[in-house]
Parts: sequence; C-alpha cells; structure tokens
Amino acid sequence: MRLPVFCFASLLYLLHPAGALADGNITVAPGFRLPAIANADGTIELDSYLGKVTYLDFWASWCGPCRLSLPALDALYEELRSEGLEVVAVSVDVVDEDSLDFLKRYSVSYPVAIDTTGDIARSYSVGGMPSGYLIDRTGVIRAVHVGFKRGDEEKLRLEIMELLEE
Amino acid sequence: MKTMIANVVFISTLLFLQGCAGPKPVAPWERGYLADPAMQWQRSAREAKFAGHVYTSKEASSGGSGAAGGGCGCN
Repeated sequence: MRLPVFCFASLLYLLHPAGALADGNITVAPGFRLPAIANADGTIELDSYLGKVTYLDFWASWCGPCRLSLPALDALYEELRSEGLEVVAVSVDVVDEDSLDFLKRYSVSYPVAIDTTGDIARSYSVGGMPSGYLIDRTGVIRAVHVGFKRGDEEKLRLEIMELLEE
Repeated sequence: MKTMIANVVFISTLLFLQGCAGPKPVAPWERGYLADPAMQWQRSAREAKFAGHVYTSKEASSGGSGAAGGGCGCN
C-alpha cells in the first residue's frame, strides 16, 4: 500500500516544473545591498530605510508598463516625501546602460539600484514586471503590486497614506 | 535479486520521467532575453504586416497566418 503512495508522490514532485521555486508568502522584506545607478552614491542598502514607509519597485527597461509606473511613482514620491515616504527602485536589467537610457527618457528623483544577477528579485519571488512592495516602518511587507495600469497610482496612494498615518 | 531489478527499473523509470518536467518557466526578471529583438520571429513587425497585406492581395484570400492579439484576451 505504501509503495503506490510513494510512487505517486515522487511523480508529482518530479513532474512539477516549478517545484524548486520559492513560495510567495514573504512577510519581512529581505535585506540587500546593491550598487546605485541614479540619485544615490555607492550602494543602496534596504536596512537604512528601516523606520520609514518604503516602496520598493522592481522594474526593467524592456518592461512596457514601467513607462507608466516610473513617472507615476515619481509623482507620488514628490507629493509624499515630505510626509515620510521613501521610494527605492531596483532595475533587473542585465546591462546598466539599458537602465540609464530608460532613465534618460523617464527620469525619476528617487534612488535607483541595479540587480544584474536577479538574486534580489529571486529573494522577493517577483511575480511580474513591474512589482512593487510596500514596506512599513518595521520592515514588514504590507502590500504587493504586480503589474501597473493607469489608475493604479490612486489605489497605491491610499495604501501609502494609510501606512504613513500609522 | 528480483526485488533489486524491480528497484532499478523503478528508479530508472522515475529518472526517465523527470525529462517530462521540462525546463523551469522563465522568471519575470529574466524576460528581457525574450524581449530582445534577436528573439522576434520577424525583423520588423510593420514590414511583416505590409508583406502579409501584399500576399493576401495577390492570393485573393486571407487568414491562416496566425491570430491578432497577444493572448491576453483584450483585443
């Protein structure tokens, strides 16, 4: 009786293509230190944002919706930075020139880092491009946004305001 | 001996079936490789559309070359 159960379980494991992928139930934002490519010098470390409401945005130069999300995030940042909002963007481009070219066309005022190996994106189990993580003052991820379309900035604004008032 | 052969066959079958699992899906942060112009079916989408128009005009029939939209169900 045990053998068929074992066989079935083994088959399920072997045939599951995403068996080794990390689960998406992250609560505490994984820390990182990445080289900065815009609006910061040296490296960007997530731990330095502890105590602040932070929006961590993963984007790429080849990502269509990022042409909407970056300007929208920049507007939110300009509006709410005085109230304590921080925005950190992480580009997942393999070549930093691609990101810099994109930033020339869609300039932002918040710090931008680059994750050329994809290790940090992997640690966050990024589910699409762009992906945003709203992190509270204690470093806990409170909301995840995958993708971006017109009007999303209003929903995000309300969530940020809620966190800023806590 | 019989049990040993059965075990070897069982393990070999499992290893063989592992091939059915296929590659892991491309991670979202790796899709830049798929967006590369070198990965496209045609060099220029506009040129391909124009060539298709000429072809259907000459053949006096159209269709059979694919469907519109990217599979998102929005078109």
